[in-house]
Amino acid sequence: MDGAEILLESMKREGVDVLFGISGGAILPIYDALGKQQDIWSILTRHEQGAGHMAEGYARATGRVGTCLATSGPGATNLVTAITDAYMDSTPTVFLSGQVASANIGKDAFQECDTFGITMPIVKHSYLLKRVEDIPRVVKEAYHIARTGRPGPVLIDIPKDISEGQFPGVFEYPESVTLRGYHPETPGAPEQIKAAAALIAEAKQPVLYVGNGVNSSNAADELLKFAEKINCPVTTTLLGRGAFPGGHVLALDMLGMHGTAYANWAVHESDLIIALGARFDDRVTGNPAKFAPNAKVIHVDIDQAELGKIRFAQVPIWGDVKTVITQLTAAVAPKNRSTWNDLVEEWKEKAPLIYENTGSKLKPQFVLEELAKATKGEAIMTTDVGQHQMWAAQYYNPKNTRSFITSGGLGTMGYGYPAAIGAKVGCIMGHRDPDTEVWCITGDGSFQMNIQELATGVLYDIPVKIAVLNNSALGMVRQWQKLFYSKRWSGIDLSKCPDFEKIAQAYSTTGMTITEPDEVADAIREAQKNPGTVVMNFMTDTEEDVYPMIPGGKTVHEMRLNGSGKSVPVGGFKPQDLEDAPTALESTTNGHAPEKAVETAEAGDYASEWNDDLKSGQIKI
Amino acid sequence: MQNGTINSNVPAQSEDVIVQNGVPTIISAAGVNVMNGDETLHTISILVENRPGVLARVSHVFARRGFNLESLAVSRTEDHTVSRITVVVAGDDEQFKQIGNQLFKLIDVIKVIDHTRDDLVGRELALIKIKAADAATRAEVLQIAEIYQAKVVASDLETMMLEVTGKSSKVDALQNMLSNHEILELVRTGLIVLKRGAKQT
Repeated sequence: MDGAEILLESMKREGVDVLFGISGGAILPIYDALGKQQDIWSILTRHEQGAGHMAEGYARATGRVGTCLATSGPGATNLVTAITDAYMDSTPTVFLSGQVASANIGKDAFQECDTFGITMPIVKHSYLLKRVEDIPRVVKEAYHIARTGRPGPVLIDIPKDISEGQFPGVFEYPESVTLRGYHPETPGAPEQIKAAAALIAEAKQPVLYVGNGVNSSNAADELLKFAEKINCPVTTTLLGRGAFPGGHVLALDMLGMHGTAYANWAVHESDLIIALGARFDDRVTGNPAKFAPNAKVIHVDIDQAELGKIRFAQVPIWGDVKTVITQLTAAVAPKNRSTWNDLVEEWKEKAPLIYENTGSKLKPQFVLEELAKATKGEAIMTTDVGQHQMWAAQYYNPKNTRSFITSGGLGTMGYGYPAAIGAKVGCIMGHRDPDTEVWCITGDGSFQMNIQELATGVLYDIPVKIAVLNNSALGMVRQWQKLFYSKRWSGIDLSKCPDFEKIAQAYSTTGMTITEPDEVADAIREAQKNPGTVVMNFMTDTEEDVYPMIPGGKTVHEMRLNGSGKSVPVGGFKPQDLEDAPTALESTTNGHAPEKAVETAEAGDYASEWNDDLKSGQIKI
Repeated sequence: MQNGTINSNVPAQSEDVIVQNGVPTIISAAGVNVMNGDETLHTISILVENRPGVLARVSHVFARRGFNLESLAVSRTEDHTVSRITVVVAGDDEQFKQIGNQLFKLIDVIKVIDHTRDDLVGRELALIKIKAADAATRAEVLQIAEIYQAKVVASDLETMMLEVTGKSSKVDALQNMLSNHEILELVRTGLIVLKRGAKQT
């Protein structure tokens, strides 16, 4: 057997059943071996970045390690965005890159680059193979490292002479790994659990702050039991969406920059934050020094470097979040509903997510509401990055864990569609219900960044429904220019956009264009019935912005609920405030025509005020 | 805070867990060595797998956060599969704590030890080549060498080479004493340290 065959054999032992990639010179021996076997489905993508995101989508949807393959040089450099994305969002992935023959390394050979060096800061670990006999051990270690502890990307750089070389002796796959410097599995310390239980018992206004850790350790069921036992409201981060069932009485939905008002108020007013697998990201905290000023913190994370990194924790617990939640659930006494729950409930009624669904223009939020209805929250939803991503996180309430797949840390435009393909492949391979609907919510900017993968999706018949919220602009940047740069539009105009309906047809699949609100429900139903890939081009209102919004680096006190430019006090307006702030309330009359239109930047001086803040460095973008 | 906790944010009792799980002890950034007046220097030992690329990974953790390494020594240890990296670095405590935690996350890093509170023996070795073409200079250099217990390890008609070992401050002092002479070349190894007593460093 040669190195490539040994590699595939080892990967099969790790349960690899599909890999995404593109062939090329230095990776030829591996593609040759792939062609000679039946067990691993090799999916040829149209760009290595797409392959990387597919591996990520597969991993995020199924919890298995996603595998991706690319050739040396440009193939490997095209993977860099996907590797960084997987690193930032802790996605278990293994990236295999071809390399020129060992003798040519470092000599500027054709398609040579220092893949090992380039990717060093963005991988959990990496290998440059030197001997054929190392392959089984390296593969075993790579998959072990990728999937355990805080998951992440592992890269294996494989010189051509290694994949071509003959394996000496008989192939034996190692049973276990020996890594002295790697200790991923750890339960929470009993003393810490006890200390946490004591804090929970005395807390009057606790909030559960739930991140991706709960999804990636499959702890959604445990979380539900825990939250219900102590009757504690639950807010999730962007990546934590789906970890707690949407619509649950304790659900506060997403917090942070574009989180719900009630989630941000609850966190601000809380006296105890129980952070589970979350990392106090700046999009959550705004200004970390003023974030939840009265709260003590119990911080559970499998990565001890996260404990106390941003926010001091009174009780840091280093451990797997699933184990720790179970430990905590056993340690705490049940708590009844309290006035705190009532207050939070009142906020939910007082400041729901709202938008003005008036006029003839199609509102993106309306499309998402219809989608949520049509899919009953049971679909896997992937998103790209921008306004549509925030609306999707706000208006699509996933019922299940691992069902909201988005690029959070790196914020990679072009992530959504390939990730959707990867997720659907995971379903097709039987790692989730094969009939699970997979939707990609994208924007006209993001979709065009990996639109070429339509060829992959259609060729392999991987049916994904793509909802493009097409507002003819890079909407999120436009929103910031509207709010903080006095509407000086620059670099946002996408109005010369190709017709996505025709693009779908050119890729031999179905396209639709939806311009009217009353067409939306029917179009979605039609797409759901269609067995193939469908591109739905929703022509939405360019002027629609994402609210609530807490400007970068600011606190909950600067939260705006609409484009009036007015901040809303924590807990909402009190009756005496109402006379001062009529515009802020107008938009709560959802469905009714407001008396006058709310024009954002015209609201006056605050724009220059923000500009001053920006210049003085108080706003961080 | 004791040396040996994983993170100064983790209360001392979690030390038990760390030991139970066989995870080595690491960073405590509670205190610092004040070595050059306004600069606060930390000395840390990093035990790593003896593999290619490890030094790059370790140094990248510092470089990414804008730290300048004051001194760096890498060598083999009593175990041929393990290398010891001794680093002296200036920086504020918060960032330094981060660095310790991030270093420990590297798969190839076996152990990270902050020596801030340790009773240490620390040594540097320097080779100093001095222009010494006349008898008077030679006599003076020899005299200075004797004070600092430096050895003459090479000499010819034009030059003398001294070898000195000791604390960094001793090497500094010798260098200073020789400043009246023309130092042609000078090289220092960087600080290496071991803890006193039976306990492993």
